Amino acid sequence: MSTVLQATDLTRTYEVKRGLFGAPALVRALNGVSFDLTPGKTLAVVGESGCGKSTLARLVTMIEEPSSGILTIDGKPAVHTDTDLRRTVQIVFQNPYGSLNPRQKVGAILEEPLKVNTRDTAETRRQKARAMMERVGLRPEHYDRYPHMFSGGQRQRIAIARALMLNPKILVLDEPVSALDLSIQAQVLNLLIDLQAEFGLAYLFISHDLSVVKHIADEVMVMYLGRPVESGPAETVFAAPKHPYTQALLSATPVADPTRKRERVQLEGELPSPLNIPSGCAFHPRCPIAIPQCAEAIPPERLVAGRQVACILAE
Amino acid sequence: MSLLEIKNLTVSFDTVSGPFRAVDGVDLNVDGREILSIVGESGSGKSVAMLALMGLLPETASVTADVMRFDGKDLLTMSDKDKRSIIGQDIAMIFQEPMSSLNPCFTVGFQIGEMLKRHTRLGRSERKARAIELMRAVGIPSPEQRLSAYPHQLSGGMSQRVMIAMSASCRPKLLIADEPTTALDVTIQAQILDLLRDLCDEFDMALVLITHDMGVVAQMAHRVQVQYAGQKVEEQSVEDLFSDPHHPYTAALLSALPERATGRGHLPSIPGVVPGQFDRPPGCLFEPRCAYATASCRINATPQGPEMGYALCNHPLINGAPADGTKAREITA
Repeated sequence: MSTVLQATDLTRTYEVKRGLFGAPALVRALNGVSFDLTPGKTLAVVGESGCGKSTLARLVTMIEEPSSGILTIDGKPAVHTDTDLRRTVQIVFQNPYGSLNPRQKVGAILEEPLKVNTRDTAETRRQKARAMMERVGLRPEHYDRYPHMFSGGQRQRIAIARALMLNPKILVLDEPVSALDLSIQAQVLNLLIDLQAEFGLAYLFISHDLSVVKHIADEVMVMYLGRPVESGPAETVFAAPKHPYTQALLSATPVADPTRKRERVQLEGELPSPLNIPSGCAFHPRCPIAIPQCAEAIPPERLVAGRQVACILAE
Repeated sequence: MSLLEIKNLTVSFDTVSGPFRAVDGVDLNVDGREILSIVGESGSGKSVAMLALMGLLPETASVTADVMRFDGKDLLTMSDKDKRSIIGQDIAMIFQEPMSSLNPCFTVGFQIGEMLKRHTRLGRSERKARAIELMRAVGIPSPEQRLSAYPHQLSGGMSQRVMIAMSASCRPKLLIADEPTTALDVTIQAQILDLLRDLCDEFDMALVLITHDMGVVAQMAHRVQVQYAGQKVEEQSVEDLFSDPHHPYTAALLSALPERATGRGHLPSIPGVVPGQFDRPPGCLFEPRCAYATASCRINATPQGPEMGYALCNHPLINGAPADGTKAREITA
């Protein structure tokens, strides 16, 4: 099956005003990101806050346009004004408490996308909404209830149902289970796995939780300060990470096994400000194995043991 | 004798729709230098129990307990004035949101000094020197300059370090950390957890770590207490809890972890949701969601002994199956 979305060298910069007389500073939120999405597959984007995960989500959903780079969805160039194309990409946000309108009933929430985008009659809209509710595991009587009457897990089901109302091909999941309790998280992940198999959806799964990513992802892209540092098949990357940042991220993630003692790649210091990205490899000030050359040029992505790694030392 | 001993702690809130019991008969023991982890989902009463100990609950909360003893002193009969000299000095607490726990109007140096002013007899310059020393101990680079920084000038990880410096300023015997790393990135989380562990060793401090992250528990705790809907359902040493959980809730929670899943596909999930104020089951609180529940579970749940991890369960598990041979049932959610 061919790809449904192709992103080539996407960048997104923001101008930040610095007082009345200061020159505006440039934040490079996203700096040369390329990837493909395939129907029925999941690409997970992993990284810490400020790495550009959410900016990427905003570009893919066409909420914002890239500063440069090419984004094609379904073979067509993604432009903000192409409303038909916008229907093919939908998003589920992290916080189900903030992303549902508290004044709308569940039925109205689910029917709104249809009302805006299709010529369906009220009756068809209701039928479609009820069918989707059943599909995501909501009961028929929930149709007339307000979001505040639901728990976090059920709200996330509503948000997923709303995203699927227009039969999208791509679903962007921005930390969909981070706000949920452990027992509920498993329910929602199972639902996402089922829906992907049923509708052949391509997922762009954004998360910082590596154990969730390990479970759900086919491909993984690890980002640091707006650039991918390592990307490839999830199993390959997790089995033997090659970039020192991926290694540090994996070893910093606590594992639920008290008997396991691991070698820790301890990272010193904190994430630099995206206003002032270090020269060369952005990771070199925190990197445990950095050499002087790392500060000189941005390391190109190259193929190492079955995945792309942006590090001159990886082998 | 344990450092902190709490027996039968109950906290209920007066709400418009009647009283709501957030903590229901919880026992808690912490020994000196021990790291005890309280784990549970939202609404399990883990934070409220500790806030009750600290006296930080609003007026609408009523707190009762049979025993509440710290370091040999009875906290129940103690006057508020005496209690204030213990809280902050011998028992300190840090919270989940470091950004919102610091006062945005004062420099971090002032806020650390404030603790020292209240609880020690140090003079102004000694307090400043001690604050710098503390900030260095918690790994804040160039503490002399950071002393005059305001909280908004610090990152989340740095704010949490300042909070830890404040709470450690009087060398407490017990530190209560309420989800200290939930708001932080994983690499910063690893740094903060290492820092907490080092401080415990250095200051001979006991730590109560409240969390919902099983990975953090496995990495940090000596002993674990599992809470569900306001009740303590299990207590075991960390190795035993992860290798042989005795309460069905603990077992289900552990198997719902994505990292424990074998291969891809479905995760074993727990059907239903945590009971709220109005749908509290009459017997065992986990009964509606439990795969091994029987008729007796609708009446009560029997507390088991230490060999069964104090599981609050009629059919405790051994190696993943009920010891009394109860068969699993299908749950219609």
